Amino acid sequence: MAAAKKKDSAKASNKTAPKDGAGRNAPSVDVLKKYYRDMLLIRRFEEKAGQLYGMGLIGGFCHLYIGQEAVVTGISAAQDNDKDTVVTSYRDHAHMLACDMDPKGIMAELTGREGGYSRGKGGSMHMFSKEKRFFGGHGIVGAGTAIGAGLGFAHKYTKDGGVAVAYMGDGASNQGQVAECYNMAALWDLPILFVIENNQYGMGTSVKRSSAGTLYRRGEGYGIPGEQVDGMDVFAVEAAASQALEYIRSGNGPYILEVMTYRYRGHSMSDPAKYRTKEEVASFKEERDPITSVKDMLQTQGVDEAELKEIDKEIKAIVNEAATFAQESPEPHVDELWTDILVEESA
Amino acid sequence: MPTNILMPALSPTMTEGNLAKWLKTEGDTVEAGDVIAEIETDKATMEVEAVDEGILGKILISEGTQNVAVNTPIAVLLGDGESANDIGEAPEAAPTAAAAEVSEESAPVAQADAEQPSGAVVENRDILYHQGIIVEPPPFDEASFTDVYTATVREALRDAMSEEMRNDETVYLMGEEVAEYQGAYKCSQGMLDEFGKDRVIDTPITEHGFAGIAVGSAMNGLKPIVEFMTWNFGMQAIDHIINSAAKTLYMAGGQLGCPIVFRGPNGAASRVAAQHSQCYASWYAHVPGLKVVAPWSAADAKGLMKAAIRDPNPVVFLENEILYGEKYDNVPSSDDFVIPLGRAKIERSGADVTIVAFSIMVGKALKAAEELAEQGIDAEVINLRTIRPLDRHTILESVKKTNRIVVAEEGWPFAGIGAEIAALIGEHAFDYMDAPLARVTGADVPMPYAANLEALALPQAEHIVKAAKKVCYQD
Repeated sequence: MAAAKKKDSAKASNKTAPKDGAGRNAPSVDVLKKYYRDMLLIRRFEEKAGQLYGMGLIGGFCHLYIGQEAVVTGISAAQDNDKDTVVTSYRDHAHMLACDMDPKGIMAELTGREGGYSRGKGGSMHMFSKEKRFFGGHGIVGAGTAIGAGLGFAHKYTKDGGVAVAYMGDGASNQGQVAECYNMAALWDLPILFVIENNQYGMGTSVKRSSAGTLYRRGEGYGIPGEQVDGMDVFAVEAAASQALEYIRSGNGPYILEVMTYRYRGHSMSDPAKYRTKEEVASFKEERDPITSVKDMLQTQGVDEAELKEIDKEIKAIVNEAATFAQESPEPHVDELWTDILVEESA
Repeated sequence: MPTNILMPALSPTMTEGNLAKWLKTEGDTVEAGDVIAEIETDKATMEVEAVDEGILGKILISEGTQNVAVNTPIAVLLGDGESANDIGEAPEAAPTAAAAEVSEESAPVAQADAEQPSGAVVENRDILYHQGIIVEPPPFDEASFTDVYTATVREALRDAMSEEMRNDETVYLMGEEVAEYQGAYKCSQGMLDEFGKDRVIDTPITEHGFAGIAVGSAMNGLKPIVEFMTWNFGMQAIDHIINSAAKTLYMAGGQLGCPIVFRGPNGAASRVAAQHSQCYASWYAHVPGLKVVAPWSAADAKGLMKAAIRDPNPVVFLENEILYGEKYDNVPSSDDFVIPLGRAKIERSGADVTIVAFSIMVGKALKAAEELAEQGIDAEVINLRTIRPLDRHTILESVKKTNRIVVAEEGWPFAGIGAEIAALIGEHAFDYMDAPLARVTGADVPMPYAANLEALALPQAEHIVKAAKKVCYQD
């Protein structure tokens, strides 16, 4: 059980972490650029979603991922994207981008248009792509974890070699069904990576006020190994996920990664986030930002400002294209109200 | 061209707000993500972040301004090489400004990128009904299955599951005590031996969790049969049945479904009191996206279970513990005996009154019909078989002939299946009726334990007889 190490040391503190993670080789410029691009796409996409929300083009609830980009980027980089399946909760736009879903289809779903992944019938919290093996997008806290265990169950049943990656928040980890699924996943050696995105607040309630003990250690009673990872460091996340996925893929059963991260925005668009100090938010933005640190590393490795600007421009173009599509795509045909309730074979 | 910064909506219901404070002044450089202003909504003070970079060229709405409508330009942002002199070119107020602001930097995208069909043909009978159309379900020629055997209901269920598991490797059975114990009610007798522990799976006592796991596996290509030891315990899992299984196809725009059967004994057993005696037919039939099935005989159990497993939708399959041991000598043995979901069966033809029933009440209705016959009333008994989609066609054709109807169910009366059928009669058969509809239901109380009280809480054949005579004005 090489990966069964348990360390508490990776807390996402506001102290600056070593840029290349402890003891790892400095990453290549290509890898750095990929991470920079992937994380920047998420951030710019989310900023644009926030803007469209502000303009009244996106309705309802809209939960942004800004600040947490290194989590999904690092884990996705460690996955076998031809086999593995992904499921998450309602803060899901970034997970879809990481699954290589089309930004246009995601943004058009946010605006409730025909060109959206669910043809406008799902919205921000309910989007899927069978083709990209992304299974939602679930609005019920904790439900995605059980569905994830089910994805893992199917991988094992069909022996297709895939692993299910099930993301949950720190809040979801207190749901009873999460404990139920830890038990069954361990009992049946399901190939599943449980990722707890600990952004330190379940809506407005801090982990301190809601959760006894340490979240990843809740697997111990079931014999599920786990560890805490610095979620502001994409390399630390990727390294831990690679090791965990190798452990799982070798038939050892589930693994828990508790990724310590931080969301810069409120829980949803209408949350002023008064439950935390400006200083706390600023310390993460200014000292621990996952994108800035990769950008710094690129500059250290001699990538000049012009080249970075070029990447920024490229990302901005993708996001603007998505935003334009999301506004120009028509609303769903009125008949869509009545379709997709049942798979109809014949009336 | 300069870009207008608009008054943002910061909650699903916000239409206007107060511009509390500017945190940048004219001439300041702004990066994406910088907090530029504070806005008071009706609920809170929120920070507004810049989305684009540039120079804050002009503040249009000064701080302290109250009741600024959403999408009003509040400032103008200048891009590279632009000056305050260009401000006159800024696009006018929303909503046109909204579209222009975003599209200025990117080429329009062809609509062909949205390769999603729309305006599909609606075949859903429940929806068509509410659009005023009653569709006759496809007929089912049950008489052609002449090769029959004798089996109890529990054996018929086992046979149906086993046949389908032989036909389709993706079908598996999961639940408490289904494998080594052979089923808490012995409905899976012998299945572990035949299919092995990878396909007949004992779970811990953890309904919410294993229902969710089964749903996830169905989304990922399998066809689970989930046994709840009773439907009372299935209530722990109701979130996954409704929110995860029933709604996914719709939420996914049709690209991802959930072929799954949730099954187990429903309704009252005997002397097990309130928490173990409840009919869930009306609960689940309320939900679009679910099919709800309630067999009565062993043939029903077999043919409907095979159909439920083959159905690409989530199916709630409501069995009855008291019926498990009932033996029938007319169970078709053909592998093709698959009763189409949504088609009721006329168990007894009659001219004077229609009795609609499902599950255990079908037997009681047939018994009542015999008693009524002795008293000169010729009753027609309809076994619904499927609760949703409801076979409205068969019910309506029957009452058009008999002009009288009694609906019998074991569940509570409020918003029950009888209430739904009453609405059907009111909407579509009002002019055919010679008497008001009568309902026979369980008493509107939690199930009592004492034998005498329990007997009073459950509807019996004599209640159906009484109700039928009432609608025939013979009481």
